[in-house]
Amino acid sequence: MNTTAIELEVNGRKHSANVPPRKLLSDFIRQDLALPGTHVGCEHGVCGACTILMDGKAVRACLMFAVQADGASLTTVEGLSKAEELHPIQHAFWEEHGLQCGFCTPGMLAAAHELLSENTDPTDEEIREAISGNLCRCTGYEYIIDAIRTAAKKLRVTQASDASQNA
Amino acid sequence: MKPAPFDYHRPEDLQSALSLLGTHTDASIIAGGQSLVPMMNYRLAQPEHLIDINRLSELDYIREDGDQITIGALARHDAIHASELIAEHMPLISHAYEWIAHKAVRNRGTLCGNLCHADPASEMPAIIQVLEATLILARNGSSREVPAKEFFVGTYDTVCEEDEMLVELRIPKPTAGTGWGFEEVSMRKGDFAWAAVVCLLRVENGRLDDVRVAVSGAAEIALRLPDLEVALAGQAPSSDIFENAATKAVDALAPVGSATVSADYKRDLVRALLPRVLSAATARAS
Ligand SMILES: Cc1cc2nc3c(=O)[nH]c(=O)nc-3n(C[C@H](O)[C@H](O)[C@H](O)COP(=O)(O)OP(=O)(O)OC[C@H]3O[C@@H](n4cnc5c(N)ncnc54)[C@H](O)[C@@H]3O)c2cc1C
Ligand code: FES
Ligand code: FES
Repeated sequence: MNTTAIELEVNGRKHSANVPPRKLLSDFIRQDLALPGTHVGCEHGVCGACTILMDGKAVRACLMFAVQADGASLTTVEGLSKAEELHPIQHAFWEEHGLQCGFCTPGMLAAAHELLSENTDPTDEEIREAISGNLCRCTGYEYIIDAIRTAAKKLRVTQASDASQNA
Repeated sequence: MKPAPFDYHRPEDLQSALSLLGTHTDASIIAGGQSLVPMMNYRLAQPEHLIDINRLSELDYIREDGDQITIGALARHDAIHASELIAEHMPLISHAYEWIAHKAVRNRGTLCGNLCHADPASEMPAIIQVLEATLILARNGSSREVPAKEFFVGTYDTVCEEDEMLVELRIPKPTAGTGWGFEEVSMRKGDFAWAAVVCLLRVENGRLDDVRVAVSGAAEIALRLPDLEVALAGQAPSSDIFENAATKAVDALAPVGSATVSADYKRDLVRALLPRVLSAATARAS
């Protein structure tokens, strides 16, 4: 089968690979890179479980071919935490019961991450809008919204203390 | 499901993309992939060649060009949604984007790809028709201009030929004082429309002028409603007039029902939404 050479950065690590063009980015991440945190629900763009960050923007990994990510920098759920320390958004999901089965969580975290990198103090309406493309069959969404609101607060505190340390 | 195999091409400039399109039969362009990849995953689409236009940065623009705005094939939904130029001259577009898909989909999807996909329940095909935009289709060695109302020919079908590419959308700026209205009902916000109704109009000396109305979701393609437009032109705006016109317009529609929404319900939606967009546009006109 014909393959194409690609190079990309995933969670800060450089990878090069030869991939068949038809391989979906979601399958490449899960199978070739052995990062199964990116979940696959529907494979047609509807559920949001496969949402990852590409160059800082949320994208559906099931609606891209791996060849298209050549040269890109990706962050999957495995790249959010530092060693054993959860990312503040993950911590907020844990505190606020923002997950039950966890199937939707990697995608929810990517959507929340993009929102909070553009808007440090979102309204509940803006939070709802940001996760509107991510389905959750367990939580009823309210705890996820609480989690993102709490995460925003945590990140504002961290940013304020970073700023005062640098001053 | 997984997509069928294909040969992947990634041209770096428009000329190479057009010659690839001209050389290969059974080739598809991939822009944002937000409609094409789902079709490929279901194997409803199985192109032998995929021509990826994501490296054609020359087509990634939203520009002011005299009395029109031009939008290149690689302008993403999200960039158009956030564009100040669009917000200033075409608030109808900025507003409608609140209803179109979700952030992650808008980050990748392009307006031109959306138009070429020609889903009958998609909002932008109706919007570019009321804005009377022109689409520039290019093939290796030539190009042509197509008015928006002639672009859509059927469900998922446009006049864009196999070896052609939509390279640019040109939208004339509406004259100052033009009012606009947009209403949609869908299963969930961000889903395709059950019915969406859009309108542009002006009010001159208390009379309606240059009324343009289109609907999505109510036929095999997004449609202008010329009979309703003619009936309203020159009238003094009032809710009675809007409601009568809506009832008449709906009689002429033959929407197609689906498992989730019946044809009758779609007709009811259009009847309810038409007066609302007409009133909103009248209130915004000055
Ligand atoms: C969950 C979800 C929700 C959505 N909700 C909505 C919604 O509410 N309303 C709505 O309108 N859309 C919606 N969409 C579709 C979305 O708007 C797509 O981005 C858009 O329809 C296609 O644009 P694209 O750039 O992704 O095109 P692609 O998927 O890359 O291409 C679509 C088609 O157009 C062709 N094509 C692409 N670009 C060109 C070009 N320049 N010249 C010629 N042919 C071209 C391709 O060959 C293909 O046949 C949704 C999608 C998803 C996944
Ligand atoms: S698996 Fe990608 S959106 Fe559902
Ligand atoms: S926690 Fe189970 S789907 Fe969201």
